[in-house]
This record gives sequence, structure tokens and C-alpha cells, in this order.
Amino acid sequence: MTVLLTAPPPIAGRSSREMAHLSDEALLSLVASSDDAALAELYDRFGRVAYGLALRILRDDALAQDAVQEAFLAVWRSADRFLAERAKASTWILTLVHRRAVDLVRREDRRRGEPLERAPEPASPATAEDEAALGFERRVVQEALRRLPPEQREALELGYYGGLTQSELAERLDQPLGTIKSRMFTGLARLRDLLAQAGLEESLPT
Amino acid sequence: MPSYYPQMASDPHSLLAPYALDALDHEEERSFEDHLAGCERCREELAGLREAAASLAYGAEGPAPPPALKERILTQARAERPNVASLPRRRSWTAPTAAAAALAAAVALGIGVWSATRPAATDPFASVLAKPGAKVVRMNGRGVVAVAPDGTAALALAVPKAPAGKTYEAWVIRPNAIQPAGVFRGGKGASVVAISRPVPRGSAIAVTIERAGGVDHPTQKPFIASEATS
Repeated sequence: MTVLLTAPPPIAGRSSREMAHLSDEALLSLVASSDDAALAELYDRFGRVAYGLALRILRDDALAQDAVQEAFLAVWRSADRFLAERAKASTWILTLVHRRAVDLVRREDRRRGEPLERAPEPASPATAEDEAALGFERRVVQEALRRLPPEQREALELGYYGGLTQSELAERLDQPLGTIKSRMFTGLARLRDLLAQAGLEESLPT
Repeated sequence: MPSYYPQMASDPHSLLAPYALDALDHEEERSFEDHLAGCERCREELAGLREAAASLAYGAEGPAPPPALKERILTQARAERPNVASLPRRRSWTAPTAAAAALAAAVALGIGVWSATRPAATDPFASVLAKPGAKVVRMNGRGVVAVAPDGTAALALAVPKAPAGKTYEAWVIRPNAIQPAGVFRGGKGASVVAISRPVPRGSAIAVTIERAGGVDHPTQKPFIASEATS
């Protein structure tokens, strides 16, 4: 028996409001089927954090925008490779953003000496709700960082926000590479535990 | 300061944290990824460290991005979208013998075409589709749901076999309730699952991974969900 049935997919013109109830992971699966409304919704959720991160690493508006754009297009192209069992969608997306930004800053570093063009930073107004949500997560992360021993915090900050490799870090801090590795490991494991305690992990509303 | 783990210097596991922080150069990164491919322990540990590293993103303060950035990204993404305009012409394909192939094609093509050669009596998906007024609802990139006006529904989904001790569980999501609707294991090809509860208009089907045997309430967010049925 052959059943043939055609029904146009009812996705055209779907508003982001209808997507608000979907989890990040569900949105990512929609993105994997080329649903641009889902990509827009993911950008609304993570674009601001992504840009803040890229700007901190790159310290240049135009480069930060490039990094965010490349990362979201990577999300668009490779969402089908995301495995929900391994990571949260937010982790996957922010990891892509971080990688792009770090790649760019290292490339720029090689051109050290050339002046970087600094574009003015046009800040757009965010909703109060946005600010509040972001502010909460920012406070939790900053507080967790503060509770790390200073040398661990330093290794995480210079590595993650500074884009330095472990070898560059060892040189800069004049420490053996093994020390840098263990500071990164202990710091990151501790951070993971502190964040878990702080209940940053999302849970399903019941 | 002395190293906590002096033996780590030559141990590939010691690159886990620098890798999670993107603090390896390209060569180190490649060689660690080779190690990672064969080391289940590292992959498990990495998941938690990556999550912690990614949360550092929230610690970076900064202004909002310019609004034009979003439009640029979306415009570029749309320009790259695979062109599906010519697909309806391929409706006359004659040999879609494997349900999995048909599912993959229907999903990849982005159109609600389902071709099944199995008899409706044994294939829950085909039997739902055989009912008058049945519709196909897309389920993200990996599956489709068939729903008939009488509320019977079936799910066809391409997912890898569930990990040991785990199962996939389907849910019927209504505006005010989430109800369990069957468990399945996944595996090669498409899993076809009869939804064990009526699916009223406006509800959606979602799937989570749960402990073997299934649970009464989802313990995690769905990794895949359908659009609302209409």
C-alpha cells in the first residue's frame, strides 16, 4: 500500500511568541530543519550574551559582531550535529560563539602593531525583563568566580575571556604548564559545583 | 605554587580543562580530540566542564548588540537555506521502499509527504494516515507526527538507540497538561510509535530521554517537539 499525502508545513509566518514555550533544544531541532523563525528565537535568547562575550574577548565592536554572526550561522548550518544527550543547547551555542571569538582574537594578535579600528558601540535598549534575567545569571556567575581561589580565577579569566592558550598563560604567569592545567581543571570543576549549588541549572516547571 | 597533579603533565586527561576553555592551540586541540574520540571518561567529564565554561559567558558584561546584527544573520541564513521549491515534482518517486528513507526524505525536503509501503494494519503510522482528514505535522528535523481528526496519532522519528538504562518517552502536551504517551528504544532507521493517548487539536507531541521503563512526568526538557496540531 502506498499512502501519499501532501500538506504544506504550517510554519510560514509563525511568530516568535508561539515559540516562546519551546525549549532551547527543541528550537535547535527546528533550526536543523531550516526553520528561520526558530533561529530568530534562539538569537533573541542568546544574542545578547553572545555579543557581550565576543566584545569582552575582542574589545572591538565590528569584530565582535563578526564573531556572533559567524557563530549563529554555524548554528544554522550544523544544528543537526547537536546531540541533546551530550550538552544543553545553550552550552553548545555559547561554545561556538567563544570559539569564533577566540579564533578571531588570536588571528588579530598575529597582526599586532596594526591599529584596530574602533567603531562606536551602538547600545540598543533592552527590555527590563531582559536586563533582569541577564542580571541574575551574571550575578550568579560573578559571585561563583569570586569564591574561587584567586589563582584559579585568574587562570579561568585569562583563558576564557583573554583567549590565551595554556602555554601563553604559563609564560605570562611564569608558572609550569602543569600548574596552569591543574588550576584550570580545579577552577572549572569548582565553578561547575558552585553553579550547580546556586541552582543555575534549569529545571522543568511542574 | 606546586602543581596539584604533577603526573598530569604528560597525561592527555590533563588537557580536558584547557580544551573546555578553548585554551589549546590548534595542534594540541587536534591531538586531544583524537584522544577524546576513544575515551568515554573524558567525554563524560567534558560535558560538565564545558557547561561550566559556557556559563562564564554570562559573566561578561556588555552593551546589547546593534539591532541590525540580528537582521544580517537572518538574511544570510535565509539565503543559505536549501531550496525546496522544486520538490513537489518528485512526488512520483516510485521506490520509497524503506520507511526510514521516506521519512528522511520527507523531513529533508521539508514537505509533508509520507510514503509507506507497509500495510496499514501493521504500521501505526500508515494506519493513522489512512484515516480521512489525517495530517502530517513536522517534528523538527528528525521526525513527523501523523494525526487523525479522531485523535489517534503516531510518531515516526529517526533517533539513535537509547543509551543503556534509558528509554525515549513520548508526551502529549496540552495547554494545561503533559501526559505520557509511550516509550520506545530508537535505533537504526525510523522508529514508528503509536501514541497511546488521544491527541486533541492544538496539542503537541514531544520526546524526552528517561530511565528505562519510562516515568509519569518528564524529568528533562524535550529534545524534540512537534508543532501544535491543527
